[in-house]
Amino acid sequence: MLQVAGIASHPNFTLDADIAIGKETVAVVGDNGTGKSTLLSLIAGLHRLDHGRVMLDDDTLDSPESRVFVAPQHRRAAMLFQQALLFPFLNVRENVAFALRRSGIAREAADAAAIAALQRLDADRLADRKVQSLSGGEAQRVAVARALVFAPRVMLLDEPLTALDRRSRADFRALLRNELRTLGIPCLIVTHDDADIDAMCAREVRLERTTGFEPATLTLAR
Amino acid sequence: MVALVFIALPLIGIAWRTPWSSFVDQLSSPAARAALRLSFATSVVSAICTIALGTPLAWVVGRHEFPGRRLLRALITVPVVLPPVVSGVALLAVFGRTNGIVGKLLFDTFGTQLTFSPIGVIVSQTFVALPFFVLAAEGGLSSTDRRYEQLAATLGASEKYVFAGVTLRLASPALFAGLVLAWARALGEFGATITFAGNIEGRTQTLPLAVYLLLESDPSTAYALSMVMVSVAVAVLVALRGRYLRGGR
Repeated sequence: MLQVAGIASHPNFTLDADIAIGKETVAVVGDNGTGKSTLLSLIAGLHRLDHGRVMLDDDTLDSPESRVFVAPQHRRAAMLFQQALLFPFLNVRENVAFALRRSGIAREAADAAAIAALQRLDADRLADRKVQSLSGGEAQRVAVARALVFAPRVMLLDEPLTALDRRSRADFRALLRNELRTLGIPCLIVTHDDADIDAMCAREVRLERTTGFEPATLTLAR
Repeated sequence: MVALVFIALPLIGIAWRTPWSSFVDQLSSPAARAALRLSFATSVVSAICTIALGTPLAWVVGRHEFPGRRLLRALITVPVVLPPVVSGVALLAVFGRTNGIVGKLLFDTFGTQLTFSPIGVIVSQTFVALPFFVLAAEGGLSSTDRRYEQLAATLGASEKYVFAGVTLRLASPALFAGLVLAWARALGEFGATITFAGNIEGRTQTLPLAVYLLLESDPSTAYALSMVMVSVAVAVLVALRGRYLRGGR
């Protein structure tokens, strides 16, 4: 269970969130500049709450009132962006093994786990490729493998399909749907596309811009 | 077209006047060897000083918003537009043994003197070369996509690793370009060196100073040394084309 209840400020808006998400995939929708990405950043630990708390199961991740803040390094929150953002100085296998190597696992074991993760996504033939040589769809597939390999506790997807062309988008959507379903962890996906929501999401969270300087609020629908 | 001829002709002139048959002999004259050795050593040390001093500065200017940031950037650029002789005078004013505030203190407490020593050469080279590195590095650091660093952090990379293993690696083409430019500038330094460090053979007489003096007494060695510097300049351009200019970042 993931809970975000609190207020976070951003130069352009104030986000006032109160959501609870179980082992399900929830769509985050709303106009631009209402704080969808900020909501994901709060969960990943890349943005801090002003008030309130972020909880994951029984762990408090962020609570200004009780001076608790867990750094992003220790949250195991996997992120996926519109661009794959694979590290250009590493090849595909090294990219996927990155999180394992950072947690102190030896190279051979990390490499083997990376290959296994790539295999699961039907991308192990790309293992030794340079990331610059991948197509958009291939790169995003590798990014999923990189995110899944360290057994994340929460999955945060910020428009992961927007930059893909139509054909690879359908493939990638099917792949994401399967992976998210078998993961069994809270997943949030920011999207503008109803097809994504229909395919992957149990329900949606809508961020609304309210008038004047009032905070953008979250409401649950469906 | 006229401009092209104007640029190309002097270079051809150096190659023309270079004594190719006795090239190696010319370079092994005592004065030439001393200058080559001194220039190579001091410019490499200056390049290292430039990285050590310039990287933190580039990080602060390239990654942080603070009042006076634009002013600071302008200040960093000053040695680029300042006449090198004036740079030398400015360094004398601070690090000179008798008149410089810091230089007097150094001499009175440690007995060390920067002027007329190889360290003085390094100081003047670093002073004029630093902006080239800082401006290139700053551009690289501010233009890298911050989300790579955020991603690395969520994947468990420590702050130290994110900086050394992600940020600096992403910016490495710009850092490399800045380093090469700074090194080339240090190697060619003339005005600030002769003003601040003097012109002592084997101690402060770098390649450009040696060339200038030898042109009177031993022109063929001067041309041979000039040819060495032309080759270095061309090598620098090739290095930048391969690693920096073509990459577009």
